[in-house]
Amino acid sequence: MKEEHVFDKPQNVKRLLMGFYLFLLLLIVVDLFFPKHPFFPWEGYPSFYGAYGFVAYVSIVFGSNYILRKLFQRKEDYYD
Amino acid sequence: MINSLPAAAILIIGAFLIPFLKGRLKSAYLLLLPVMALINVVSIPDGIHWTVGFLNYDLIFGRVDRLSRLFGYMFTIVSFIGTLYALHLKKEDGQHVAAFVAAGSALGAAFAGDLLSFFVFLEMTTIASTYLIWARRTEASYGAGLRYLLVHLFGGLCLLVGIVIQVQHTGSLEFGVIGLNGLASYLILIGFGINCAFPALHAWLPDAYPEATITGTVFLSAFTTKVAVYSLARSFPGTELLIWIGAAMTVFPIFYAAIENDLRRVLSYSIINQVGFMVVGIGIGTPLSLNGAVAHAFNNILFKALLFMSMGAVMHQTGKSKATDLGGLYKTMPLTTLFCIIGAVSISGFPLFNGFVSKSMILGASAQDGMGILWLVLLFASAGVLHHAGIKIPYHAFFSHDSGIRTKEPPLNMLLAMGIAAFLCIFIGIFPGALYSILPHPVDYQVYTGAHVLNQLQLLSFAGLAFCLLILSGLHPVEMRVILLDIDWFYRKGGMVFLRLANRVIGTDREVIHGSEDRNVPS
Repeated sequence: MKEEHVFDKPQNVKRLLMGFYLFLLLLIVVDLFFPKHPFFPWEGYPSFYGAYGFVAYVSIVFGSNYILRKLFQRKEDYYD
Repeated sequence: MINSLPAAAILIIGAFLIPFLKGRLKSAYLLLLPVMALINVVSIPDGIHWTVGFLNYDLIFGRVDRLSRLFGYMFTIVSFIGTLYALHLKKEDGQHVAAFVAAGSALGAAFAGDLLSFFVFLEMTTIASTYLIWARRTEASYGAGLRYLLVHLFGGLCLLVGIVIQVQHTGSLEFGVIGLNGLASYLILIGFGINCAFPALHAWLPDAYPEATITGTVFLSAFTTKVAVYSLARSFPGTELLIWIGAAMTVFPIFYAAIENDLRRVLSYSIINQVGFMVVGIGIGTPLSLNGAVAHAFNNILFKALLFMSMGAVMHQTGKSKATDLGGLYKTMPLTTLFCIIGAVSISGFPLFNGFVSKSMILGASAQDGMGILWLVLLFASAGVLHHAGIKIPYHAFFSHDSGIRTKEPPLNMLLAMGIAAFLCIFIGIFPGALYSILPHPVDYQVYTGAHVLNQLQLLSFAGLAFCLLILSGLHPVEMRVILLDIDWFYRKGGMVFLRLANRVIGTDREVIHGSEDRNVPS
């Protein structure tokens, strides 16, 4: 019999994701009411850090895959 | 008695007894050496010790102050962890000796009060490190080790010429603040910079570290670059050029790490990124940023060793280290998975883990100085750390698609070593005061403010959301069995072209180019 592990069940993955989304929502709400003392003006925008993290992450994934791969990717035996 | 010798001597001289011991006595002795070195580092009073006359100069083997002592703590603690991790190697005396020589030389460099002994210790670290690469005994490790050695010998040469000119100008061998002020200082900076993996001088690191032995890489990741960080903190604090060199170091490796398939190579690029944060801190040069830089070196040694140990454990159990070959290992290696995740959240800078308490100081220092662009670059790089080290490493090794590999946890000594590193990552994260109290400058910094925690959680969590959405939508590109060209292309291909030309001119055997089958791989 095949052994079932925690993430083999799709509902467990769903639960984990749901908890994560709720946590994100909480972060947005808390951010709205949190007193800020920004060093830079953009730090004061609502959820600036979240938006920046999201955009940075996406640009790293796409930048590396669509630019760096095109330029510098070679087969594994390139130097052999 | 422990204090009659410098800590470096305890490890280096002590190492040569290892081949004569056997069984449990050897294991006990291996663990005892770094403990003795740590006691030495803790108990030596501040000041100048062990001065030896050499020609007309004084060589100083024990310049003890808060900066050198901090690096002394780092190097002895990681030696203990790395030795415990390698304790199952019963027939690899060479590796144990090389590891202690590397550790001892790093300690020697940290406590050196003059440039000449610093130089000699640095070169000794290079030679011992080369052995740890060659000890893998593969064709790839032979080549990578040779390139490692050549690049570092070049760096050493720059450093030596710089030191000679410096001594001629100033008449002093003192290893203190140099600052950028002429040819000698630039040569010394290049010498330090090669060890520090400055952009364009960095390719030796991702070339060689993933080719070293499983246990050797843990030592390699700790010493060379951190000795270089120490030397920059000692000689070039507040050098503005370092801010921009460091900023570049934080950014470009994250793109390489993002698409690199070999997870140990991903961690190697990650070293450059992390050292970049330290170099920025040194470049800013305020007490807060310098504290942040060296605190981050301390934390980095712990979580980077932890990550390399967890990937090493995977490699030890499965023989594989590529993202395309791995996945689903959480099912059979739950403890290793847990330790890897602790390393991953620590390096990513989640609150309550040690990366947060030191990286925040560097970002805070850049904000205090009003450097908006730098601050945005570092924040971008922080999201990049989450991508390659925080998510990619644990996700591809332990989760992702199930590779079908069924194995078991690594030997107990490996688990204990990872456990100790993981404990320290969390301990420092929860009680940052323990680390702050041993930093070079007095610390007036509150890391656990509501704003710090909230902002950092937002940055990392929404970057994590990007990962989830890209994966769920099928837009996240898959890992591929490929390699990426880096600066080493110039000397790897250049070397081949040179040999081909030389072959034409002097007409030697083709074996010179392609390598003979019975090439002597050092063992």
